[in-house]
Amino acid sequence: MISVGLLLLAWELYATYSGIKPTILPAPSRVFEQAMLNREALVDNAIPTIRATLLGFACSLSAAFALSMLVDFFQPLRRALFPVFIVSQTLPLVAIAPLVVLWFGFGLAPKIILVALVTFFPMLVALVEGYEATEAEIGQMLRAMGAGRWRIFMLARLPSALPYFFAGLRISITYAVVGAIFAEYAGAAKGLGIYMLNAKNNFRPDLVLAAVGVSAALTLVLFGSTVLLQRLAMPWERAGKEPVGMGSRR
Amino acid sequence: MSRLELRHVRKAFGGLDVLADISLSVGVGEFVSILGPSGAGKSTLFQLLTGAEHGEGEMLFDGAPLDDHGRHFAFMPQRDALMPWRRILDNTTLGLEVQGIRRKAARARVAPLFAEFGLAGFERHFPAQLSGGMRQRAALLRTVVQERDMLLLDEPFGALDALTRTAMQRWLEQMWRHHRWTALLITHDVREAVFLSDRIYVLSARPARIVREIKVPLPRPRSLGGDAARQASALEAEILDIILNPNPSKGHDHD
Ligand SMILES: Nc1ncnc2c1ncn2[C@@H]1O[C@H](COP(=O)(O)OP(=O)(O)OP(=O)(O)O)[C@@H](O)[C@H]1O
Ligand SMILES: [Mg+2]
Repeated sequence: MISVGLLLLAWELYATYSGIKPTILPAPSRVFEQAMLNREALVDNAIPTIRATLLGFACSLSAAFALSMLVDFFQPLRRALFPVFIVSQTLPLVAIAPLVVLWFGFGLAPKIILVALVTFFPMLVALVEGYEATEAEIGQMLRAMGAGRWRIFMLARLPSALPYFFAGLRISITYAVVGAIFAEYAGAAKGLGIYMLNAKNNFRPDLVLAAVGVSAALTLVLFGSTVLLQRLAMPWERAGKEPVGMGSRR
Repeated sequence: MSRLELRHVRKAFGGLDVLADISLSVGVGEFVSILGPSGAGKSTLFQLLTGAEHGEGEMLFDGAPLDDHGRHFAFMPQRDALMPWRRILDNTTLGLEVQGIRRKAARARVAPLFAEFGLAGFERHFPAQLSGGMRQRAALLRTVVQERDMLLLDEPFGALDALTRTAMQRWLEQMWRHHRWTALLITHDVREAVFLSDRIYVLSARPARIVREIKVPLPRPRSLGGDAARQASALEAEILDIILNPNPSKGHDHD
């Protein structure tokens, strides 16, 4: 928080006293002022971005979850599928975004696809590695109790993957916002991405930065909610930090 | 008749011979220990019994070949294997839940045992909130409530400090006198083996074979003073001698 404040202060001082034109580098105070003046347009453009982010992320999450289970139950699938997914991660977004827009039009669909594309693989890897992290002894014990594979998955492998899942979630949610903005940049009727493009073309860097500010705030809120969600979903994590037992602790 | 009988059991992992030749038996209501150096293959033996791995040789349970591994054993792994995300109460009912018993009925069955296991008041805690000794008792509770024919305990107190371990050994001996479980215990603690067991099998280093079978003729309850204690010390010294000066010609010959 303090570092952000100092950065803004330095920027403000530089923009004011170096004589640089506000059409090149506007001071933060001007960006804020313009953001306030244009807040209706900003909100209007933020909504489609939020919608694309959340819908795309929901799609990739369900797909990653379904596929992670499939991979966990049929290990050979992993070797067959992972190279494909790894390649999908190396595709440059700059090249792919216009193509997807070309194929799927200016509507919501291409945005959802792009967001899903950038977030799917990190989520899949997080889940698959999470399952693998299950303590071998827990598996052996459950088998000795008479549990089948499905039972072991539900009782042990799935909960073991939770910390990995949330780590993946925190990273992916930031990718998701970037993915949505990129998709809009490549072509959209409304959205923060197209708003930035238009502002840039109109020589309004202050409005570009205002939109950047909105997207940053959006990312922070989403990131914060994943942290909150993790706290709610994993109460034992926090409980573990305040031991109440007696005797020795390992 | 023996409850469990192993005849010439062998196991290799790839090219690594782990169990060379294991023959042993455990009678009904008997407490038997397997004592051996670290890395000998003790846990591997339990992997064979629980069906996690397959080896050669015969494994008989009540005279019949061991096939349905899920049915006979309540297994306590070397690490406590408590699930960090389950409260202690739900950890202890795990085996019952897997058996298909309703949560409510399962809870009713474990609840009265919490006091006996020194866990009263900790039902709603998570494993991370418990001390090492308490975790171990919770794992043991989870094991015994399954009411299987036989307990398999893999170094239940191996991870504890010396004081807690001694306290837990006494506690387990007392519990065993009440319940008379048929039990096979793995340990590398000589004193623990002598204190708890009716019989002890001493294993060699890997590849493991049985070097000696030792009866522990000490009266129960196992006391800590007097004649019995002297006898126990003598037995411990004898066993240590066998482990530290392996002399194959003195051992049981299974070939
Ligand atoms: N799944 C496995 N694959 C390959 N090697 C294994 C496997 N499980 C055990 N081993 C090997 O078998 C040997 C015996 O292991 P095991 O865990 O049975 O020893 P242990 O007697 O229980 O030792 P400790 O007292 O330290 O627990 C070790 O050398 C180990 O590396
Ligand atoms: Mg072991």
